[in-house]
Amino acid sequence: MGTAAEGRNEHGEGPVAISGEAQRPGHIRIGIEDFRDEPLSGRRPLILSRNFSVYYGTAAAVRDASFDIPEKLVTAVIGPSGCGKSTFLRAINRMNDLIPRCRVEGGLSLDGQDLYSPQVDVVALRKTVGMVFQKPNPFPKSIFDNVAYGPRIHGMSDRGRLAEIVEHSLKRAALWDEVKDRLGDNALGLSGGQQQRLCIARAIAVEPKVLLMDEPASALDPRSTARIEELIAELRGEYTIVIVTHNMQQAARVSDLTAFFYEGSLIEFGETKQIFTKPRERQTEDYITGRFG
Amino acid sequence: MMEDRTFEHTESEIGSRLLMSRGTRRFRRLGALAGNAVLVTIASSSLIALLFIFYFIVRDAIPFFRLEGFGEFFSGTRWYPSREEAEFGAGAIFAGSALVTVGAIAVAVPMGVFAALCLSDILPFSLRQVVKPVIEMLAAIPSVVYGFFALVIFAPLLQRQGGGMLSIGALIVLVPLSLIGVAVAGDLISAHVSERGRPAARVASVVVLLSVVTYALFELHRFLGGLQIASGTNALNASIILGIMALPTIVSVSEDALNAVGRELREGSYALGATRAETLMKVIIPAARSGIFAAVILGVMRAIGETMVVWMASGNAARIPEPWFNLLEPVRTLTATIAGDMGEADHVTGSARYHVLFAMAACLLAFAFIANLASELIIRRARKRLG
Repeated sequence: MGTAAEGRNEHGEGPVAISGEAQRPGHIRIGIEDFRDEPLSGRRPLILSRNFSVYYGTAAAVRDASFDIPEKLVTAVIGPSGCGKSTFLRAINRMNDLIPRCRVEGGLSLDGQDLYSPQVDVVALRKTVGMVFQKPNPFPKSIFDNVAYGPRIHGMSDRGRLAEIVEHSLKRAALWDEVKDRLGDNALGLSGGQQQRLCIARAIAVEPKVLLMDEPASALDPRSTARIEELIAELRGEYTIVIVTHNMQQAARVSDLTAFFYEGSLIEFGETKQIFTKPRERQTEDYITGRFG
Repeated sequence: MMEDRTFEHTESEIGSRLLMSRGTRRFRRLGALAGNAVLVTIASSSLIALLFIFYFIVRDAIPFFRLEGFGEFFSGTRWYPSREEAEFGAGAIFAGSALVTVGAIAVAVPMGVFAALCLSDILPFSLRQVVKPVIEMLAAIPSVVYGFFALVIFAPLLQRQGGGMLSIGALIVLVPLSLIGVAVAGDLISAHVSERGRPAARVASVVVLLSVVTYALFELHRFLGGLQIASGTNALNASIILGIMALPTIVSVSEDALNAVGRELREGSYALGATRAETLMKVIIPAARSGIFAAVILGVMRAIGETMVVWMASGNAARIPEPWFNLLEPVRTLTATIAGDMGEADHVTGSARYHVLFAMAACLLAFAFIANLASELIIRRARKRLG
């Protein structure tokens, strides 16, 4: 299991800098087009994957993946259906634990801690690593209760504080203005795009460090998709975001780094600009130019 | 006007393929009509059967109320239909039906809902495949076999071993239930404590709850163990057997409701760091609540309508137990009365004694109708709410 110091630095020279926070001054709205011109080197790797494999029974869904996901950037995982990208994502917050006969090999660490060590508290892990799913899945409760669900199960019972968290999270998810007058309404009455932003607010409400997004816009119409992508750009810099998508334009638009998976193996990992303009591997090029997949 | 919609006729190959002759068209239309007619007839025959049942029951029930009035039937407790001066006070019989039903609910609902939870969320997948068919098998056993079991095996056991057996049975059901309850409650309580004190809070609440529960169970054991049961055929016997009979209905309908909640919501909850207990209590059960309620109503209908078992197991004494909730006394139910008296009342067709049975049947029917309607409405409302 590699630590931050001995981890390979995929995207820059010299030792890995530890000062992730200093790189981005505060929270500023970033245009989707321009932010990739800044240098990505020197970001602290937060999630380290070392020869990491996931098996369902005897079939390997992810095979020997090794790469570093840096802190507070957006990392896209792309690849054709069934290539293991969702499985890899769900390994990061151990959602695969829920699937019978699923097991892992190799190392996967978050901030230096092996995620599959027996001491790891899955509850604490999932509080730190939030997740947004492909299909919006709000609970059949009020909008308020949806966002307050996470803080409540983690012991928050103070009403004023809960209201603050709900407001802050909804604002962060760019949903507050649309729902502030009907927080008591059932969340299932919202549109699909609003529901997905509600799910993002729900994930944000427990103050995670990492946000996993499993094709968060694939069930939405183009306008809602654009809103989600804008939102990802806004959340960048505050959270480490890992997004699985089968929409390559989306990956190109929102991510700093891209990992390309094919048939369970990591084929190529690098800066998004490089992957989409000068891919090193033949398979990557074939995929992004649409020759297969 | 018409010219706008007609196309210039061309001898096209594809276009001509799309046409059919007048005969074919007529034949198809007739065929569809006949098919629909057959299907509608078959489908409506069940409705017609229902209407006929309603009609004949109510037709034969009305003469009783005309002869004897309503007051005594519903409130009187003297049931002597075969005397010279016949008395038709069915109050005790209504009470008996209610008591046995409530007892059956008390047995079946907690067990059924818990079993459904086990099947949907708790048991490992391979075990579910075994447990579910076994529970469903309970539905396949003929009710007379249940009745036979109640009368020949369960009743003597109750009479001889009495309280001891009751106590053991209660403990077998209650001990695991309360252990799980304590674990869940400890979890929920400690969730209100800040991160640092949580393990300690969990231990403390579990210890306190455990000692309370242990004391309660011990007292229950002492109370039940000291009971003497005069007759093994009583309301308790019927309740337990009826409860077991209602189990498959409750389990499978509420399991369907729990599964309908879907993997998405479960994952959504787990992904926020919720434990299984929290996910069950705060997301899954609330979302499946109305389905579970509908399951309970269906189970209750099964228990109320059941005849053979209560006839054989309940003791058939048409009087209100002392005190009224005493399950250890024999009672008589509406269904058992109808089944038991019809043979004798048949000879005196047209008498009040004959018609009173139809009056009872009409009451049962009305109750079933209302309960079914209620559950249907609840399910429909839930469907609307869940989208």
